[in-house]
Amino acid sequence: MILLDRINKNYLTRGGPVCVLREICLTVTKGERVGILGRNGAGKSTLIRIVSGSELPTSGTVMREMSVSWPLAFGGAFQGSLTGLDNLRVICRIYGVEPAERIRFVEEFSELGAYLREPVKTYSSGMRARLAFAISMVIDFECFLIDEIVAVGDARFHAKCNHELFVNRGDRAMIIVSHNAAYIREHCSRAAVLLEGELHHAATLDDAFALYEQETAIAA
Amino acid sequence: MSARPTMIQNENIIESWRIWRRIVWALLLREILTRYGRHNIGFLWLFVEPMLFTVGVTALWTATKSVHGSSLPIVAFAVTGYSSVLLWRNMPARCVLALDPNLGLLYHRNVRPIDIYLSRLILEASGAGISFVVLVLFFHFVGWLALPEDVLEVIGAWLMLAWMGTAVALLIGALSEFSETVEKLWHPFSYLLFPLSGAAFLVNALPVQAQHIVLLLPMVHGVEMLREGYFGSQMVAHYDFAYMAICNAVFTLLGLAQVRKVSLTLELE
Repeated sequence: MILLDRINKNYLTRGGPVCVLREICLTVTKGERVGILGRNGAGKSTLIRIVSGSELPTSGTVMREMSVSWPLAFGGAFQGSLTGLDNLRVICRIYGVEPAERIRFVEEFSELGAYLREPVKTYSSGMRARLAFAISMVIDFECFLIDEIVAVGDARFHAKCNHELFVNRGDRAMIIVSHNAAYIREHCSRAAVLLEGELHHAATLDDAFALYEQETAIAA
Repeated sequence: MSARPTMIQNENIIESWRIWRRIVWALLLREILTRYGRHNIGFLWLFVEPMLFTVGVTALWTATKSVHGSSLPIVAFAVTGYSSVLLWRNMPARCVLALDPNLGLLYHRNVRPIDIYLSRLILEASGAGISFVVLVLFFHFVGWLALPEDVLEVIGAWLMLAWMGTAVALLIGALSEFSETVEKLWHPFSYLLFPLSGAAFLVNALPVQAQHIVLLLPMVHGVEMLREGYFGSQMVAHYDFAYMAICNAVFTLLGLAQVRKVSLTLELE
C-alpha cells in the first residue's frame, strides 16, 4: 500500500512561498491503477515526485509499503557525455541489479543498435525517449509512477510501450498523471482530479471526468 | 502544516547502510566515467592530474629556491605543501554547483544530494592521496626525497586536512545551491587563501605577530603537522590539533545543516 497523509508542498519564489499541493490524501493498494487528471500547472508532476520520494513534502507523511518506481518517461535524465549503455549501468547499480543481464533487453527493446554505444548527446529526442522507456522497464517495481507517458516515439513504438507496461506488467499498481482524459480512461480503474493543488476524489471514473471537463470548460 | 515531513519505510540501519554504499559506489563509477572517460589513460587522470600540479610547483620552487638560506628539504616542503592545497581547495571546488549536472539522478529516491557530494569528495580525496603517495615513492626512488620520519603523524595530518576539505566542501557546495554568488566568490577567495595557507612557508619563519594571524586559519595547523611528521627534526612546527579539530567539527555541522536544507527544499525542474 502507498499512503499519502495530508501532504502540503510549498515552493519558495521571489514573491514568497507558493502553495502547490494542499492537504493531499491518497491511498493506492496493490495492483490498483489510479489516474490523476489535471491541467498544466495543477501540480501533477510535483505530486508524482513526492510519491516517488525524489522530492520531500513541506509537511505530511508518505508511507510506502511496496517498491515504487521513479517517475517514468522523463526524457532528459541522462548524462549526455555517457553512452546509452553506461547510463543503463548507472541505473542498474543504483538499484542493485546486475547490468550484464539487462543489456540484451534494452538493446532489443530500444532498437538503438550500435547507437547504444554512442554518447546520449548524439541521440535524437525519439531515440532518447526509447532509451528512457527501455531503461525504466529494466528494474522491477510493485508500483509504477507514470508522468505523461503518451508522447513516447512513433505510433508503433508507443503500442510496444503500452504492451510492455500495461500487459506484461498488468498486475502492478500504477499511478498515472495526465491531462489526457482518454489515456486515463483507457488504463485506470479509479481517477481523481487535481485542481489548484487540491485533490478531488471521485466515486467513479465518469464522475472524475465530468468534474475535470467542467473545470477545463470554465477555464477555456 | 506543523508536522515535519517524514518518510516511513521498512528499512533498518543495516539495510540503509547497504543501500547507501551501493548508491555512492554507483555515483563514484559514473563520476569517473564522466570526468575521465575511457580514452587514453582514463581514470589514471584521477591522480596524474594532481601529480602534475605538484611536480610543477616542486620544480618551480626548486628552481627559484623559494626557501633560500635554509637547510630545508625543498622537495619534501613542496610535496607536503601542495598535497595539502589539493585537499582544502579542490574538494570544495568540486562540490560547487555539483547538483545541477546530476539532477536526473535525483529522481531516484535513494540518491540524495549528500551522496552526490560524498562520491565526488571520495574521488577527489583519493586522487590527492594516491598522487601524494606516488610522488613520495617516485621522488624517493630517484633519490630526491627521504621517507617520512613519522608515517602515522603524516597520515593523521593528511586525514585532518581531508576532513577539513570535506566539511568545507559540504558547506560551500550546499550554499552554492542557494546563491550563485558563492560560486563567484569561492574561486578568488581560495586563490587568495593559497599564499596564507602555509603551503609556501613555515610558520616558524614568520614574525611572531604574523604567526598569530596565520594560525587562525585551520589548514595552516594541518600543513604544519604534516611537515612535522615528514621532516620534523629539521623544523619547528606550530600547530594546535584541538583547534583544528574544533574548526573542522564546526564546519562539519554547518555543512551537514546546509546539505539537509538543500535536500528538504530540492526542486526538480
